[in-house]
This record gives sequence, C-alpha cells and structure tokens, in this order.
Amino acid sequence: MAFLSTAPTLSHYLVLGAILFAISMAGIFLNRKNVIILLMAIELMLLAVNMNFIAFSSFLDDMGGQVFVFFILTVAAAESAIGLAILVLLFRNVGSIDVEDLDRLRG
Amino acid sequence: MNAQAALFYLFAAILVFAALRVVTSRNPVHSALWLVLAFFTAAAHWLMLRAEFLAIALVLVYVGAVMVLFLFVVMMLDVNFDSLRAQFRSYIPVGATVGVLVLLEMALVLLGSYLEPVTVPPSVAVPGGNTRALGTVLYTDYVYPFEIAAVVLLVAIIAAIALTHRKRRETRYQDPGAQVKVRAKDRLRLVDVPSEKREGQA
Repeated sequence: MAFLSTAPTLSHYLVLGAILFAISMAGIFLNRKNVIILLMAIELMLLAVNMNFIAFSSFLDDMGGQVFVFFILTVAAAESAIGLAILVLLFRNVGSIDVEDLDRLRG
Repeated sequence: MNAQAALFYLFAAILVFAALRVVTSRNPVHSALWLVLAFFTAAAHWLMLRAEFLAIALVLVYVGAVMVLFLFVVMMLDVNFDSLRAQFRSYIPVGATVGVLVLLEMALVLLGSYLEPVTVPPSVAVPGGNTRALGTVLYTDYVYPFEIAAVVLLVAIIAAIALTHRKRRETRYQDPGAQVKVRAKDRLRLVDVPSEKREGQA
C-alpha cells in the first residue's frame, strides 16, 4: 500500500481525467443509437476536461483555470438545454430518437 | 497512510465506476442517476483541490438543474429503449478499442513529462476563500467573457422555449383585446315583440 502514503499529485488527477475521457469516448461508440446517452457521454467528457483544468489551476496556483471551468460549465449547461430541446422536437416530429432514423435529408 | 490519498482513491474509484455505469446501463434513467453520482464525486475531488466555489456550482447547476432536465426528458419521451440497445453487444469491440486507444495516447503523453510530481500545491489558504479569489479574477480580467457567457445563457433560454413551445389546438384561450373591444350592440339584440292580451283580462 505504498501508493497510499503520499498525497495525490498533479499526475494522479491527469490520469483520472484521461480515464474519464476514455470511458466517455468508448460510451459514445457503445451507445451510438441513443441520443440521450450520447448527450450524457458528452457531459462526462466535459467533466473530465474540467477535472484537468482544476487540477492544473490548483497545482500551478493560477485562478485562470477555474475561470475557464466556470465558462465551460456555462456553455455546457446551455448546450444541454438546447440539445434536449432539439431532442424533444425530434421525437415529436420523427417519433424516435434513434440516430439511424435521422435520414430525412437523404433523397 | 495519507488521508488525502485515501480519499482520492476512494472518490476516483466511485467516479470511474459511475462513469462506466453511465455508458453501459440498460435504462437511461439509471444512466442519468449514475451521472449524478459521478458529478457528486467529481465535486468532492474539486473540493480536495480547493476549488470550493466550482464544486458547489457543479452540484447546484449540474445535479440540480441539468440532470433534472435530463431525467425530465427521459421520462417524458415514450421511447422503446430496448430497441435502441439492440446492437449494443456488436458495438463493444469498436467501443473498447477506441477507449483503449484514447487511454494509450493520453498515457504516452502523460508518461513522457508528467509522471513525476511537478509542484506541490501551496497549503496556505487564500484570504477570503476560493470564491473571493475567483470573483476577483472573474469581474476584472474576464469581465467581457463573463458578459458573453450571460448572453449565451439568454440565447439558450430563448432557443429552448422557442424550439419546444407549441400551440395546442384543442385548448381554448381568452383574447383580452377582443373582450375589451366588444360593444353592447354586438352581443345584445332587442327584438320588438307585440304584447298579447290575455283572456279574462280586459
């Protein structure tokens, strides 16, 4: 249990962010038909990125990283609100949220 | 044994497990709830990194608003989620491959430069706390991006309402303008009826 004896360093948080990003990347491929889970995987990706920003901000003692996380949170909230609105509209018009059914522009 | 390290590994394990369940769970409602757990543990990590304001904002904004919106949409749409998962197993190889590839690429980058402890975080607390420090930077150096963020949120509000609002045809609405404009002669018609004489009366 040697790894428990030292406080977590910057690389610990970077590795955690990388693992989260990889999980959500794989999740996008696994759930490629379900738009709701795709949106959730994107939220998870943004969380991984925010984790990196905050780790750097804390370990380099620079507030800029946290300001960036603040803006990312804002834009991500706007993105998910509009994305879900489009999703509701899509379901109302097409009757499905399967990505495979979205072929109306094909002639 | 270092308490900070123990907490880090505990929260990291919960976070990774919750993230895995988000992308693999059968029911989207469960996915959303696992995502809530992931946000909570991420907020705990941010607290340990002394980003208290953002940790609270993550819980309030994400768990309180965005995930409730997700749950609302998942429960509102009458979707057959099993048909969306029909080919889930056939996607596992490519999904796992991409995940491992991304992880390997990031490991290559991280192993090259960052796997030695870079700096030790300063243990002195900022006077006034993290919220004050963040606000000071936010309202001075980043005031224009802050206002642009406000406009982005306004656009999101208007767009979400404009996209999903619809007139229901079966619902009857009042028209106050028409109610005010109406005159008595439009509604009331006086008919001249000649009165009859009743028998027995003279």
